[in-house]
Amino acid sequence: MAQSLFKKTGSLFRFMLRRDRLRIPLWLIGITFFTLIVPIAFVDLYASQHERDGLAETMANPAVTAMVGPGDLENYTIGAMTSHQMLLFTAVVVGLMSIWLVARHTRADEEDGRIEMIRSLPIGRVSNLNATLLVLCVTHVILALITGFGLYALGIESMGLEGSLLYGASLGGIGIFFAGVTVVFAQLSESSRGTIGFSIAVLLIAYLVRAVGDVGNETLSWISPFGWVTQTEVYANNHWEPLALMVGVAIVLGVLANYLNAIRDLEAGFFPARPGRKKASAFLQSPIGLAVKLQCTGMIAWAIGMLVMGVAYGSVLGDLEAFFEGNEMMEQMLVAEEGYTLTEQFIPSLMVVMALLATVPPVMAMLKLYGEEKKNRIDHLLGRAVSRTRLMGSYLIISVVNGFVMLSLTAIGLWSAGATVMEEGLDFGTIYGAALVYYPAMLVMIGLAVLFIGVLPKLGSVIWLYVFYTFIVLYLGGLLDFPDWVGHLSPYGYIPELPVDEMEWVPISILVIIAVILMIAGFIGYHKRDIEG
Amino acid sequence: MSVLAVNNLTKRFGKFTALDGVNIEVNEGEIYGFIGPNGAGKSTTIRVLLGILKATQGNAKIFGQDAWSDAVEIHKHIAYVPGDVNLWPNLTGGEVIDLFVKLRGNNNKSRREELIQKYNLDPTKKCRTYSKGNRQKVALVAAFASDADLYILDEPTSGLDPLMEQIFQECVLDVKSKGKSVLLSSHVLSEVEKLCDRVGIIRQGKMIESGTLSELRHLTRVHMLVETKQTLTGLYELEGVHAIEEKDQAVSFQVDAEELDNVIKHVSAFGILKLESTPPTLEDLFMRHYEQKDESEVGGAS
Repeated sequence: MAQSLFKKTGSLFRFMLRRDRLRIPLWLIGITFFTLIVPIAFVDLYASQHERDGLAETMANPAVTAMVGPGDLENYTIGAMTSHQMLLFTAVVVGLMSIWLVARHTRADEEDGRIEMIRSLPIGRVSNLNATLLVLCVTHVILALITGFGLYALGIESMGLEGSLLYGASLGGIGIFFAGVTVVFAQLSESSRGTIGFSIAVLLIAYLVRAVGDVGNETLSWISPFGWVTQTEVYANNHWEPLALMVGVAIVLGVLANYLNAIRDLEAGFFPARPGRKKASAFLQSPIGLAVKLQCTGMIAWAIGMLVMGVAYGSVLGDLEAFFEGNEMMEQMLVAEEGYTLTEQFIPSLMVVMALLATVPPVMAMLKLYGEEKKNRIDHLLGRAVSRTRLMGSYLIISVVNGFVMLSLTAIGLWSAGATVMEEGLDFGTIYGAALVYYPAMLVMIGLAVLFIGVLPKLGSVIWLYVFYTFIVLYLGGLLDFPDWVGHLSPYGYIPELPVDEMEWVPISILVIIAVILMIAGFIGYHKRDIEG
Repeated sequence: MSVLAVNNLTKRFGKFTALDGVNIEVNEGEIYGFIGPNGAGKSTTIRVLLGILKATQGNAKIFGQDAWSDAVEIHKHIAYVPGDVNLWPNLTGGEVIDLFVKLRGNNNKSRREELIQKYNLDPTKKCRTYSKGNRQKVALVAAFASDADLYILDEPTSGLDPLMEQIFQECVLDVKSKGKSVLLSSHVLSEVEKLCDRVGIIRQGKMIESGTLSELRHLTRVHMLVETKQTLTGLYELEGVHAIEEKDQAVSFQVDAEELDNVIKHVSAFGILKLESTPPTLEDLFMRHYEQKDESEVGGAS
């Protein structure tokens, strides 16, 4: 009996590796690349201990501790910097990778009826679950080894073998932990969406509990698996004990999932499926209401993300002056202007990045119109008394409002955090203006999305290349000495850098006009073309 | 009066010609059956009628208005059910029905409840949990809950069980009794035979036949089964006799409609004991068009 439960786990294991032969290596390559490139960059950016101590000073505040956890600020070596600033974030990414991979091989396959086919073969009841766990364990062991030895191989003085291996092992450990969490939710919830949702909720709560704990109460941090990650004190005291905790809890969760899987029906869960609404609310019964409802969750997540990003940047403004002194590279980026503090000069560089990130959600909201078309759902609307203008207009309104809200939230986040940490405070109007001045450039991007959807819908994703281009050119432009015209290929290159520059209305107005022309052209195109399907 | 008129409709996607001079006319109060194999152009025609695709040549008019430029005005008075119903996974069936009914304009609340009951649909479930048949029910309830003048149904029963098919047929006959018109594209030939006043057959983007069922039947063969006193001979030499099979005492064969008179004269000379004749089914008609086409294609190639 016991044996028959696990029958053919090995075959399924190989089958999953076959299905993920690209996906898992790409995750591993991405995470490893990300992990290794940062210390290399740190060596360039903060060559001397004096510069690193300057940075440590800016890091010594509760907002930063809440975000990245405690660090060895007394002895801020390259190794200490890497583990302080990178380990926790990478751990979150590894956790997400675990959640997605596990949900994909458990509940998602079950929901789509593929497990039913597998189970009709002579294969054990919990074989799929354990094959999934096996795949995840192998993946995370490989991750631990390549990041661990990779970091050591960089040959940076403060990054010894033990610390490097612990760094890798912490990432692998947190990955195995979230694999355990997700397999349990895959049994409890009836849908893959629910599985992913509950698991990510646990991840976020764990992150927040740790944030609160790290700032105030260290015992609280010990409740959170992310607390265990920072408690390893990689490259400082190298504690291995938290690792045992992660793996131990993961094993308990794995056993629990096995038990739950063995006693339940296929395609059933333990959380009761809530009956949904029997009737549509008045709000839903229009194209715009439908579009809002479809995108609601994503938009709220982005809004929170934008606010948090604003707060994150704002929280470092307080110690900026101390940090810039003696950092040659930063001084090179910020050519001194008379009459402005270094902080004020730094704001435009922040704003470009934030405005570009804030451009992502509105462009996504607009491109969603084509996404719906590809899924054959636009026919339902256009087949009824809904004109193309009204349909596209609904998405455009959402996109334009979305962009305005996102940009505002970054500014509000930046200002509120900045005003708290800076001695003399920050003028809200200055900050808000410096952010909102990018709105016309954002409108051009939205207009471009409208044009693509209307005329060349298949090429819609080209916009992302354009956003990425802008990011490279404007963020690194100062550093790499690009000629002016390179920046002027992007609408963001024409935006006056408030508050350092004077406000210029001409380029702003021209951008708005261009945006409107693009939108009109897009509407005309959308009216003329066939709907795919 | 014609509710729907398609005139020499041609649709090209790049070099591929999906529709090549299609003509359809649906009159008021009539159920028009639109049949053809997969990929023949049924759904493309319907998507042109809905103003979702633009005709390359020719025109499509509904209620005398242009299907492309007056789409919104037309859609206020039509109901559409696609063959492949894709819905939003995170909305419930009830929400989708309300949305669809509302987007057309008018709303008939009592009818909605009645239809949900009739089709045995749970409107509180999210669309992601619905099977193909249940998704189709959502679209059918939304269509029949609204008072439309023309119903465009694209293979609406492909996922339904026989019981639900029955209910669907009732719904169609019900709207017909109210003087509404229906364009029914289908693969279920027995359904078309049962419901439709007139039928059009499309193949590779061309209408190859259209008319009332009895008109079409004239073009095809009658099935016969005869038992005679003396052994029946000489059948093979007759014109228009096909698929001869001997069964115990009897002989079964098919006769071209125009040769029927000659054949009966010939057979009666042998002394008829038993004679059964069945009219051609739509399926025969349909299959015959293929055989013919295939033969002519072979002929054309040689």
